Amino acid sequence: MTELKRRTVIAGLGALAVTPVFAPAIAQKRYDEGANDREIKIGNIMPYSGNASAYGVIGRTSEAVMKMVNDAGGLNGRKVTFITYDDGYSPPKAVEMVRKLVEEDKVLLVFNPLGTPSNTAIQRYLNQRKVPQLFVATGASKWGNPRQFPWTMGWQPDYVTEGAIYAKHILSTKPDAKIGVLMQNDDYGKDYFNGFKQGLGPANERRIVQLSTYEVTDPTVDSQMIQLKNSGADVFFNITTPKFAAQAIKKAAEIAWKPIHYLNNVSSSFGSVLKPAGIDNAQGIIVALYRKDASDPQWVNSPDVVAWKAFMAKYMPNADMRDDGHNYGFSVAHTLLQALRQAGDNLTRENVMKEAANIKGFEAPLLLPGIKINTSPTDFYPIQSVQLARVKGESFELFGGVLSNESTS
Amino acid sequence: MEQLIQQIASGLASGAIYALVALALVMIFTATDHLNFAQGEMAMFSTYICWQLIQWGFPFWPALGFTILFSFLLGVAIERVILRPLHNASVLSIVVVFIGLLAIFHSLAGGIWSHTIKNFPSPFPNVTFAGSGYIGAHQIGMILVSLLMLFALFAFFRFTPLGLAMRAAAQNPVSARLVGVKVDWMLALGWGLAAAVGAVAGAMVAPVVYLEPNMMASILLYGFAGALVGGISNPAGAVFGGFLVGVLENLVAYFGNLTEKTFGIYIVGNGEKLTVALIIVITILTLKPAGLFGRTTVRRV
Repeated sequence: MTELKRRTVIAGLGALAVTPVFAPAIAQKRYDEGANDREIKIGNIMPYSGNASAYGVIGRTSEAVMKMVNDAGGLNGRKVTFITYDDGYSPPKAVEMVRKLVEEDKVLLVFNPLGTPSNTAIQRYLNQRKVPQLFVATGASKWGNPRQFPWTMGWQPDYVTEGAIYAKHILSTKPDAKIGVLMQNDDYGKDYFNGFKQGLGPANERRIVQLSTYEVTDPTVDSQMIQLKNSGADVFFNITTPKFAAQAIKKAAEIAWKPIHYLNNVSSSFGSVLKPAGIDNAQGIIVALYRKDASDPQWVNSPDVVAWKAFMAKYMPNADMRDDGHNYGFSVAHTLLQALRQAGDNLTRENVMKEAANIKGFEAPLLLPGIKINTSPTDFYPIQSVQLARVKGESFELFGGVLSNESTS
Repeated sequence: MEQLIQQIASGLASGAIYALVALALVMIFTATDHLNFAQGEMAMFSTYICWQLIQWGFPFWPALGFTILFSFLLGVAIERVILRPLHNASVLSIVVVFIGLLAIFHSLAGGIWSHTIKNFPSPFPNVTFAGSGYIGAHQIGMILVSLLMLFALFAFFRFTPLGLAMRAAAQNPVSARLVGVKVDWMLALGWGLAAAVGAVAGAMVAPVVYLEPNMMASILLYGFAGALVGGISNPAGAVFGGFLVGVLENLVAYFGNLTEKTFGIYIVGNGEKLTVALIIVITILTLKPAGLFGRTTVRRV
């Protein structure tokens, strides 16, 4: 009953949101709060402290990208001011910081806030105030819902889609698989697992012979790995964040368990997962990718990787180059620049949102070849394609074609 | 059956981790009568120092030796500079200082070394032996080191005059001062030693859980549980408690999983293993408030 009520309220808000805010003025240049002839103000929140502080580098990278833009003369002649606050990965603090961004700093939009809990907490507020919540940094499947939340848009492929893609691949290559799943026991893990089950379909759900969960507070996943090995599973779907992924890969080698290993994209990094886990132990692991790992030798001459390296050398000289957050931040910040470029001199919130939902075939830097950003007024999922790859040496060997959401549903 | 042995072995291995942290907690409690919430983060910071030295080309053991010395001095310095002015402050103020230290070391480590997980080398040879399918060489080394540390600490407190003076300074500062114990310095020494024990714990833990600023956050909780169940004033009890918690949580998950497989009923599983282990700890503490091996302190009023 309460659920129903809330939906009704939200739907009502959505209807309000699409009505024009004011009648169009005659002048060509149009602005909302946070934009004028000289400046565009962008707000951002990140966990710079607390448990998820590892992701803080994404915010620092976006900030540095904006500095690079300003050094090159700004965006359409306007200086980009990037204001980023620490939310400590805590939803109440996220709300507080976002209110500060909107009401005190008067930003044009809130860009790439990180984490499913924080984004959930600020979504209603931003939609009520009609402030864009653009390209959120979470792979939950709920951010592409323009009917209820016309001011919120995701960015990366969502976990449900990705989970389904692994399931389809297992069914087509090993129909008699006995599947063991290691899952982080929270919304992120469940999203992946649900997608995976959907991909298998009800008839094949029994192929999952063991589901072992862990809590983020567990020091190790050793005990779970022993359970999985003893379940007799010959296919392993590894839904873990980087530290636990490295532990699981290493432990599997230690206890001589050699299943076909599928690793979620969240942990598809050489620098922060596969190398610490031991490259030998990681051979043959299958991951779904949508971005290039800039440390992968196969991309060394690719222009976007060269540009990224030059950017890192100049604007983040002390950063840990192995940290995938820098790749992510570079790519997502360029997506925002694209939307703002398209908006041109009409920098109202409504128009920015309209242009964000009107990106066609944009190849953001560091996306895999063939993966493009496409949005429309009904499609608020910018990236919906991935390609499977196998770990070979210190490189990802891509195989099969680019897989899209449509082909999995 | 084979899985049961594996789970117990793996529980003992994680138990060794908890035991080492529990030892550091016992150390500081015995020396200062406080529980240091920043113990884990201090150990983590020391481990980064060790890692950095190894990166600079030092072999493992000299690097660890230097780290222990550095941690000792850091511990002494913290007591002298930060806690010294608070000697007469209430427990609450001191707790706030501990939490502040926790945040400071956490951010410092993240700021200096970034948050990417780092591979920390194991000092033990990676050999295969009979039973290596059940437990790795590093795990056995870790268990041995925790027992070694236990004997060292036990001997120190039991048989050396300095150890006796430290216990006296913590338990009854006024009388200790009257018989000529330099109470202030004993407290500083206690901090130094606890930090040194923490450094060893960190270096043993890091090869298993990977080095990153959050490395110790959850382990500290298990360490607390281990120390309390064994008796916070008793090093041997704390080590036993650490092992107990490690094995218990694995067995809870194992039998929960078995029940689900056999009868199709889900009672407990991996999600509840810490909860059930802690319920057992609380039960023990309710029945024996000083812990299994703790001495009940009687105070004359």
